[in-house]
Amino acid sequence: MTAVLAVQGLTVRFGGLAALSGFDFQLHEGEIVGLIGPNGSGKTTFFNAITGIYRPAAGGVRLRDRDITGLAPQRIYDAGITRTFQRLRLASALSVFDNLMIGNHRNLDHGLLTNLLARRRLRRQVEENVDKARALLARFSAALARRLFDPVAQLPMIDRRRVEVCRALISEPQILLLDEPSAGMTQEETRALMDDLLAARARLPTLSVVLIEHEMGVIERVSDRCVVLNYGEKVCEGGYREVAADPRVRAAYLGED
Amino acid sequence: MIAPQRPVSVLPALAAALLAGVVVAAFLALEAQWEIALLALSLVVGLLISGRFGLTARVEASSAAFPRAVLSVTALVALAVAAVLHDAHFALLMLATVALYVTVCLGLTLQFGYAGVVNFAGAAFFGIGAYTAAVLAQRTAVPHLLLLLAGGASAALIGSILILPVLRTRGHYAALITIAFGILFRTFLEVNDALGGPQGLKVPGMRILGWEFNDNLRLGANAEVSFYFNYVVLAVALAATAFALVKRVERSWLGLSLDAVRSDETAARAFGVDAARWKILAFTAGNFLAGTAGAIYAMIAGFVAPASFTFGDSLILVSIVILGGSGNPLGLIPAALLVVVLPEKLQAIQEYRLLLFAVVVILILRFRPEGLIPRRMREYFPGWRRW
Repeated sequence: MTAVLAVQGLTVRFGGLAALSGFDFQLHEGEIVGLIGPNGSGKTTFFNAITGIYRPAAGGVRLRDRDITGLAPQRIYDAGITRTFQRLRLASALSVFDNLMIGNHRNLDHGLLTNLLARRRLRRQVEENVDKARALLARFSAALARRLFDPVAQLPMIDRRRVEVCRALISEPQILLLDEPSAGMTQEETRALMDDLLAARARLPTLSVVLIEHEMGVIERVSDRCVVLNYGEKVCEGGYREVAADPRVRAAYLGED
Repeated sequence: MIAPQRPVSVLPALAAALLAGVVVAAFLALEAQWEIALLALSLVVGLLISGRFGLTARVEASSAAFPRAVLSVTALVALAVAAVLHDAHFALLMLATVALYVTVCLGLTLQFGYAGVVNFAGAAFFGIGAYTAAVLAQRTAVPHLLLLLAGGASAALIGSILILPVLRTRGHYAALITIAFGILFRTFLEVNDALGGPQGLKVPGMRILGWEFNDNLRLGANAEVSFYFNYVVLAVALAATAFALVKRVERSWLGLSLDAVRSDETAARAFGVDAARWKILAFTAGNFLAGTAGAIYAMIAGFVAPASFTFGDSLILVSIVILGGSGNPLGLIPAALLVVVLPEKLQAIQEYRLLLFAVVVILILRFRPEGLIPRRMREYFPGWRRW
């Protein structure tokens, strides 16, 4: 299997504190990797370092054959990596459609001519994108697809999560980074979202996913492989059972000894 | 469920345009203080009630569905108002001023209504346009129509330098930079002898293709039309063009990207939105509009002086945007009308106008932050939700 994402010795420092140190990580095509570890262990820092929000102090990130270390967030997105945020970062005053289109930025025509004068061409583009957005949402929830033009602020939590995942999927990325999608949801809602995600992945066999999650049940069900972080360092990696049985992982979660 | 849609009729928009014309004409023509106060009050209450019961929404939907018809009727109504007031110099001057303020505020709408870039130096960019026009008209033979473009271009150019420190700062600090610039601009004018110092410069009247704007028009034996009528036509044409432009920006992928930058810059950047580029674009385009309006203002007033472009004037511009409803071009029209005309007509509040506007802004931000006519969800095309 080819590695879609290869991370080597990635280090992020905040002043004297190493939030992530010497982290090695590989993601293969079509794989779902669960990233686990206690609060403050560096999981979200890892996402922020890959996606250009933080600049790594050392180490490298490769997307297939391309070095993407330290690129600006816009370039990372253009290269095909998208993400969701632990605390939702949707534009809640805008419609579901508008939020999805922010995720589709790369494929939109921003020419002044099209947008200001050639309104007929723009109309065709908008119509195509409405169909596309509706089809993507319908794979997650038919009820949500009918609310395409409602403001996000009016949606329940699970639908907002779905919108955020769809916003990250609509540009057809190579890699999807999910930052704790179960946060703020009930177990049933989380299960429903994970079902949607697995169904979506079944249609996109080359999509690779990294999932940060505290709910071990979710990790067990969804991930092909797990990586455990603690104090910014990799503790171990492997299949869920293997990792869950590892005494070092128990120590990380329950404290030493 | 998809609610059955009522077919959109052109009537609500036409009725609103006519009513607006009557209100504007009455507002400008009335003399009795209590009548003016009553009209201003009923305008505000009327807008709030019509928003509450969905009338405003119907007017907006209707004008979106028939943009050409509504634009031509609105232009006709504006001309009719100007015709009714044809010999009232002062009323026409105020009408032109309202149109110019609306234009500047459309620029501010692009800047902080959409892109979220604060600009507390609106009057300075207006002033840059005015001084550019004054200097060029006085010392060169540049055709006067080009002065509008020159005023806009110089405001845009100077703005594109100011945007650099603004981009490197956030929130309050960006606001402080624009405030500092506004004060710096005024001080610069006051000490600069080449620009006339505190006395300012005289500006010749506008002449476009042999059309002398400063001549009163004679109609028949003893009917005379104020020369301000010419400027009303020009200012309203500029405001209408700017209005159509800003509306089109909002109803396109451009408006979407600007909204994305304003609502969450980090999230926008994570999806490829180049926040800096969009902010520069909005800031530059907004200042261009302000500068163009300033150029016309210079010719109407016949002179430019530092005292016309103060920080207080910038605050008045901002308060128009907040009062009208941030991000909604339509709201700027009643808001500009109230803010520009009311203090001129109501002598009781003239001295206290800044105080009054400050109180109004505080009340709006506290009790109705979305303004008199709140912005609605983006409609890329009229009735597009029916597909």
